[in-house]
Amino acid sequence: MPDLLIELFSEEIPARMQGRARDDLRKLVTDGLVEAGLTYASAGAFSTPRRLVLSVEGLTTESRPVREERKGPATSAPQQAIEGFLRSTGLTLDQLERRADRKGETFYAVIEKPGRKAPEIVAEVLDAAIRNFPWPKSMRWGSGSLRWVRPLQSILCILSDEGGAHVVPMEVDGIKAGNTTEGHRFMGNGRFVVTGFDDYVVKLKRAKVVLDSAEREAAIWQGAQNLAFAAGMEVVPDPGLLAEVAGLVEWPVPLMGRIADDFLSLPPEVLQTSMKEHQKFFSVRNPKTGRIEGFVTVANIEAPDGGAVILKGNQKVLAARLSDAKFFWENDLRVAKAGMGEWAEGLKAVTFHAKLGSQAERVERIAALAREIAPLVGADPDDAEKAARIAKLDLRSAMVGEFPELQGVMGRYYALAAGEKPAVADAARDHWRPKGEGDSVPSEPVSVAVALADKIDTLTGFWAIDEKPTGSKDPFALRRAALGVIRLVLGNGVRASLAEIVAWGIARHAAAGPHGMSAALDLLAFFHDRLKVYLRDQGIRHDVIDACLAMPGSDDLLLLVRRATALSATLKTEDGSNLLQGFKRANNILAQAEAKDGVEYSFGADVKFAETEEERALFAALDTAEAAIAPAMAQEDFAAAMAAMAALRGPIDAFFTAVQVNSDNPVVRRNRLNLLHRIRAVCSGVADLSRIEG
Amino acid sequence: MSDATSTTPRSFQEIILRLQSYWAGQGCAVLQPYDMEVGAGTFHPATTLRSLGTKPWAAAYVQPSRRPTDGRYGENPNRLQHYYQYQVIIKPSPGNLQELYLGSLAAIGIDLALHDIRFVEDDWESPTLGAWGLGWEVWCDGMEVSQFTYFQQVGGHDCKPVSGELTYGLERLAMYVMGIDHVMDMPFNDPDAPIPLTYGDIFRQTEEEYSRHNFDGATTEMLLRHFEDAEAECERLLAFPAEDPKSGKRIVMAHPAYDQTIKASHLFNLLDARGVISVTERQAYIGRVRALAKKCADAFRQTEAGADQ
Repeated sequence: MPDLLIELFSEEIPARMQGRARDDLRKLVTDGLVEAGLTYASAGAFSTPRRLVLSVEGLTTESRPVREERKGPATSAPQQAIEGFLRSTGLTLDQLERRADRKGETFYAVIEKPGRKAPEIVAEVLDAAIRNFPWPKSMRWGSGSLRWVRPLQSILCILSDEGGAHVVPMEVDGIKAGNTTEGHRFMGNGRFVVTGFDDYVVKLKRAKVVLDSAEREAAIWQGAQNLAFAAGMEVVPDPGLLAEVAGLVEWPVPLMGRIADDFLSLPPEVLQTSMKEHQKFFSVRNPKTGRIEGFVTVANIEAPDGGAVILKGNQKVLAARLSDAKFFWENDLRVAKAGMGEWAEGLKAVTFHAKLGSQAERVERIAALAREIAPLVGADPDDAEKAARIAKLDLRSAMVGEFPELQGVMGRYYALAAGEKPAVADAARDHWRPKGEGDSVPSEPVSVAVALADKIDTLTGFWAIDEKPTGSKDPFALRRAALGVIRLVLGNGVRASLAEIVAWGIARHAAAGPHGMSAALDLLAFFHDRLKVYLRDQGIRHDVIDACLAMPGSDDLLLLVRRATALSATLKTEDGSNLLQGFKRANNILAQAEAKDGVEYSFGADVKFAETEEERALFAALDTAEAAIAPAMAQEDFAAAMAAMAALRGPIDAFFTAVQVNSDNPVVRRNRLNLLHRIRAVCSGVADLSRIEG
Repeated sequence: MSDATSTTPRSFQEIILRLQSYWAGQGCAVLQPYDMEVGAGTFHPATTLRSLGTKPWAAAYVQPSRRPTDGRYGENPNRLQHYYQYQVIIKPSPGNLQELYLGSLAAIGIDLALHDIRFVEDDWESPTLGAWGLGWEVWCDGMEVSQFTYFQQVGGHDCKPVSGELTYGLERLAMYVMGIDHVMDMPFNDPDAPIPLTYGDIFRQTEEEYSRHNFDGATTEMLLRHFEDAEAECERLLAFPAEDPKSGKRIVMAHPAYDQTIKASHLFNLLDARGVISVTERQAYIGRVRALAKKCADAFRQTEAGADQ
């Protein structure tokens, strides 16, 4: 069984694209091989900045011959049908077989595909993989028409077994596959021949290339930690940066440097962000001071001076960057200490959205809204309003202009410098959260109030101007904002009418005009949709949520989720699912009778008309259940209410087994229908069970 | 790649001279700067217009470039409102362009065994020129020393074949190679010359004067008017019939019209520095310049130099 080795050698592949490219190459090629009738034992993909590699082991030498038989139209069928069959099979009339059967004579196509040799299949599959490779961005170069992420320089494609290695004959846009490659750009020593995967890995390492990105990551992390440890320091872990840096080097050489004392007073977030974003440096912390005092950079070369020149250069670049950062920090602090008025003025000149006014106008709206929301979340209204007024000011600071990702973090520093209370300053940092699914939800009441006000203003604004998300398009991240509101409400146990809060928001958008009411309703429906998605991820079915949405007060999300949680848990028990069947049976019989008789059976079931033991038992059970449910509902203890309902399952089942509802005696019949109504009423306290599927 | 020339250069001009001689040695036509105010070497018609059409092309040149908003009165060690770019443009991009580029670094004294050279993803886009390409910024020991771009589209036209473009920020590169911390301290000519001149001797005063001009001096009403004029003139020149009645030849005035595009672009940059363009207007202005650039590209494709052959 031969092994296949493919190397696509190119100019530098962006680090962020390499992981996905490995998966794509493996999938495209192995799927193609399998589809063409080959099988293989295992496959692994690798990447460096300059190469994308696939190793397939235990490939079969040829595909099996395939015999396919297809039944066609009757020989007496119209000409058109026969021609269609010929087109679909690619055969001519004289190649078809005629076979007699009971109905007459039918055409059959027998297509025999002979087995094909592996090299032929590999060449075809690799050609297609290269031409259809799903790079996020690709380009042309020179005079060619081929697209690749950056110019593709050479292709290595060999099949090897005990007998030796053979180049798979193929050519893509003038690039002919061969059995050679080259090593490190600066430390390698020309092209070399490769005979198989093991030989490839060994020779690459000799030519100063570590093929496996996991191995490079491990070497970087180990090297960085050793350097820091020797200096009594520790590296700040950053898996994202580690993966990126491993994609920037073929031969990692970590080097550690110190941050000049002048810059140690900068906030740690500034040091880390500047070093990471601009320089791809790891931050090194001094455990004694808790400060970021050093960095690790990863070179791609073993320099004869041990990297002294490289480190000096990097240090110099860092110093220039941090001088800028320090200049921004000091200027910003001056503005902050003066009360940040300059920035508030500046927000007037920044357009938030052409139809929604300036950032300053938006801040006004958020401040008023935060004030209204504050009592609902236990925040001081003055603090909430104040926090909302300062929360966006750092957008105008020089530091955030340079590092947008520090938005909020800087806002907190500047608010503190301006003399604001910690709770108000924290809101500047935390009102942006949750920023995404992985981000946690703020819990400090002032932060919660501003975070809600911010997101509600955004949502009501875009609903007011009818710029809602459609399909995959959500340029203003409105789905994320809605989910943020949901998580803020649920995570903090906020009891409030969302309809009311939305109405407050909509009212501040003149753009809504006369459509404010319908926009608000539409937005509430959007919230409910997002809630369904959110709860589905937590194992609660959409019909359970629909059943709870049908209840009054469903715009109180906390209440709604409590109902849904209790109902969902009950439906997962045997009593619960049987209760549902009993309820549905009662409901169906009742609905049919009401439709037929044209009356509503809603009152007056009396135990004195009961004829059987089961009937009387049901009366008693309903009395017990009602007695338990009423106080539970009063306390919004939906689990207890559902438990009391589930206890009805036995009596209801027994009733339906023993009793014929549609009795010939009209009095008894009416009494039983009224009894069914009691079942429906008792079971409808938590949710509208008729909306549950199944 | 390293040879006798890879000693450390002693002056700014020596770096320029070495680049000129290196790229001349690689067969490029060494052109002179374009005689208009531009924001970057890419604006030179030798790059924008000549990257269109199928005719092979290879040129290298220094281009003085102006970014009015970057004025710092000569005080910032790295930032200037007037600086120099070195530009190389080759069509079709040769297969060994990365090697050629690395050779140029060696030529200006960068020892490739001692320094850490990296090609880091950087996609290039010029909204004013309606152009984009893929490539890298080149790092030397963590410092960005060049832009390396494979043009995919210019003036809204697909580049077929593709041009390879190299842009060196000369001051920054020279400062790094010579180990100088403040641009104004950099020797411009040989420090042992009878009259040694630093970068500051030549440009400190002009940086002050232009910084004041860019931020406070330039008359905005005039700039706005000139912008409108340049825009109108560009469109007027392109509206002429191709047949020239005087010479009887077919003459499309693509280059004169493109000059007006360059003018409009620079006037926009000045207006931006004067702070009179709001965020929303900004996009509109960029769109107007891009519309001109596209029309010029369309016109150039009608000429002999820009046609497909």
